[in-house]
Amino acid sequence: MNLRKVRTVGELQNLRLRLQSSPRTRRLVSLSTASCGRASGALEVARALEAEIKRRGLEETVELRLTGCHGFCQLEPDLIIFPEKIFYPNLVPKKIPLLVEETLVGGRLVPELAFSPGPGQGMCAVLEELPFLRKQVRWLLERHLTLDPDSLDSYLEQDGFLALEKVLSGLSPEEVINLVLASGLRGRGGAGFPTGLKWRLAREAGGEDKYTICNGDEGDPGAYMDRGLLESNPFSVIEGMIIGGYAVGAAKGFIYIRQEYPLAIERLERALEKARAAGLLGKNILGTDFSFELELVRGAGAFVSGEETALIASIEGRRAFPRQRPPFPVVRGLWGRPTVINNVETWANVPLVLQRGPAWFSRVGTSGSKGTKIFSLVGKVRYTGLVEVPFGLTLGEVIDEVGGGAEPGRQIKAVQTGGPSGGCLPASLFQLPLDYESLQQAGSIMGSGGMIVIDESTCLVDLILYFLRFAREESCGQCAPCRLGTRQMVRLLEKITRGEGQLEDLELLQKIGWTMREASLCGLGRTAANPVLSALRHFRQELEKHVLDKECPAGVCRGLISYQIEKERCSGCQRCLESCPVKAIAMADDGYPQIDQKLCTRCGLCQAACPPDFSAIDKINRKETGSSAGARGE
Amino acid sequence: MMKNEPNLKDRLERLVASIPAGRSHLILFLHRVQQEFGYLPEEALARAAEYFTVSPAEVYGVVTFYSAFQMKPRPQHELVVCHGTACHVHGAEAIHTELARLLGVEPGKEDQGKDVTIRRVNCLGCCALAPVVVVDGEYQGRVTRNSLEKIVERLSGKK
Repeated sequence: MNLRKVRTVGELQNLRLRLQSSPRTRRLVSLSTASCGRASGALEVARALEAEIKRRGLEETVELRLTGCHGFCQLEPDLIIFPEKIFYPNLVPKKIPLLVEETLVGGRLVPELAFSPGPGQGMCAVLEELPFLRKQVRWLLERHLTLDPDSLDSYLEQDGFLALEKVLSGLSPEEVINLVLASGLRGRGGAGFPTGLKWRLAREAGGEDKYTICNGDEGDPGAYMDRGLLESNPFSVIEGMIIGGYAVGAAKGFIYIRQEYPLAIERLERALEKARAAGLLGKNILGTDFSFELELVRGAGAFVSGEETALIASIEGRRAFPRQRPPFPVVRGLWGRPTVINNVETWANVPLVLQRGPAWFSRVGTSGSKGTKIFSLVGKVRYTGLVEVPFGLTLGEVIDEVGGGAEPGRQIKAVQTGGPSGGCLPASLFQLPLDYESLQQAGSIMGSGGMIVIDESTCLVDLILYFLRFAREESCGQCAPCRLGTRQMVRLLEKITRGEGQLEDLELLQKIGWTMREASLCGLGRTAANPVLSALRHFRQELEKHVLDKECPAGVCRGLISYQIEKERCSGCQRCLESCPVKAIAMADDGYPQIDQKLCTRCGLCQAACPPDFSAIDKINRKETGSSAGARGE
Repeated sequence: MMKNEPNLKDRLERLVASIPAGRSHLILFLHRVQQEFGYLPEEALARAAEYFTVSPAEVYGVVTFYSAFQMKPRPQHELVVCHGTACHVHGAEAIHTELARLLGVEPGKEDQGKDVTIRRVNCLGCCALAPVVVVDGEYQGRVTRNSLEKIVERLSGKK
């Protein structure tokens, strides 16, 4: 690690060229070790690899690099062996000796370790053959495959700080802003405001002190694009922010990261230290008269902090209460000074725009949405993970082609985008292109990039209740439409899941939703009703089924289902008896277990406990058992 | 509680010395205190009010606003069940209930246990591994009923 101070633009250039021209003597082996990888045992695999490499005396020929997220979260931990890009998914320590022996020593592929899309579908031995990569354009994610997140040298090798070098060797702040504006880059946090325009407004705002902020309070449940970027390539965010600081005339910036992301915080801290030591942050960067400092702020757990004015309050050390806009932060932000707030992914795109130029950047995307967007594709889909696609790809292309479609034997019902501020779009709308405007017109939003696929086993009412409970908990309580609206919506939805809903309740939900949308103080409240409003628009039938027929088609709402033991299939093993937490199952006189419907809480544990060979417990609609429960004479 | 805490005052002062002045560092200070003690002792709140020249009510307001802060000591074991959307559609609610049952924790009071608490968290961002449970800081993905039993066995062994 080179920690000498780089004093001029020329020195930085030389350092990079030296790093890039030094011949690679060892074979690069890249192991994904971001949070998802670690949760899947990546560090144990790393230890096993290190030990085996040492045991076989391969230290001189093989370099094991612990990288960030490769994006194939479901196949974690995965290993990529360069230069062939041999891909081995789902590693465990006991596979390592064979892998090292065959591939690293013998130079042979191990077919049984390679990825296979399914039985009889062959194998995908190298990265390029992976089916879920075909439609992706991985400008940002591609770099994660070879980057050591803790090494400045590694970042420099990949043209890191080349954009800053360009900027500081002769571009004026206005020229930088014009380039960003020309690229068509828009905010990746969800609102899609043109980044260059935001910068210009802040630059033109009066006053000496100005600030930039990186919003890393990725609060939408089901979304983790920013965690992936921060954990895998922290220097790209830092470089983007230095450039942004130069363009808007700020001397100080803040990176706000939610505290639920400990690894991201750790990596950013280390990267900031290294950038400071190298003279890329601080006074007179690279010998110019531009000075810029960055401070990391750790969030403390509050969804509303992601709203820009609330985030500012949080950095100021106060409760994260949003305030009315305008004035917008570009005019009055942190401590009342002009402030530019951009999302993590937006900042990470900035070096790319400056390095490659606006024409290169804007050749990908649609007329209004340029470049690529990272989505976290999760839920009931075959391949889950972080995917990066050009704007304009359709929802269907992402879900069916990148995500591989439904899990075996299932059928996809809808996709939820935009988290608690978004909505559910039914499969019949999967021809919609992904851009800022199209999804909004259809009643959802693209949001920051969360994409949760649901199939027929997910109940829409249960899902929107989940989001409304979330919004109720996270509402800061300042304004009545949000504080009371979320509460009332939860109450109405709970009533519906209990089977007590009426048609008027749906109308009332709609009215409350409209009021919240119009009258709430901040974005949280204004969008909190979106899950409900979009469900009323696209899934009215399913809601009415709950209300009119007292039926939950997905079999999720506990008030509308019950469990029954089918004697013909029951073996009398009594596992269901042991599994019941409320002792609602007892052996009846006929020698078969029976469920007391009055005691049963419909948790479903008995069904799961019943051995698959018998599967004697059925989940059925409540109303069908109404009489049988009564017939037992309780 | 606070009286039993050895050298509480000295330890607090050391923390104060490591924090730059200025209101904006209040949250940083609270994080550090919690890291040191595992919770926020009352004295720390009073000291924060003094150091940052804000009212104790202000400090209390900040502490109670954010879910990261707690004013009671942490139990020996902490289980965190992720209730993000992906975890929710993969049955996080059932996982939570089952975990409470296996540990013999009273429903609704999962977060008040002495030896073990079960906390819910909105989203840990490991959605592809849903459902996720964090056992004493260690992430476990694709949790099933079987792996829950193993977790509980291991915890009982550790206790």
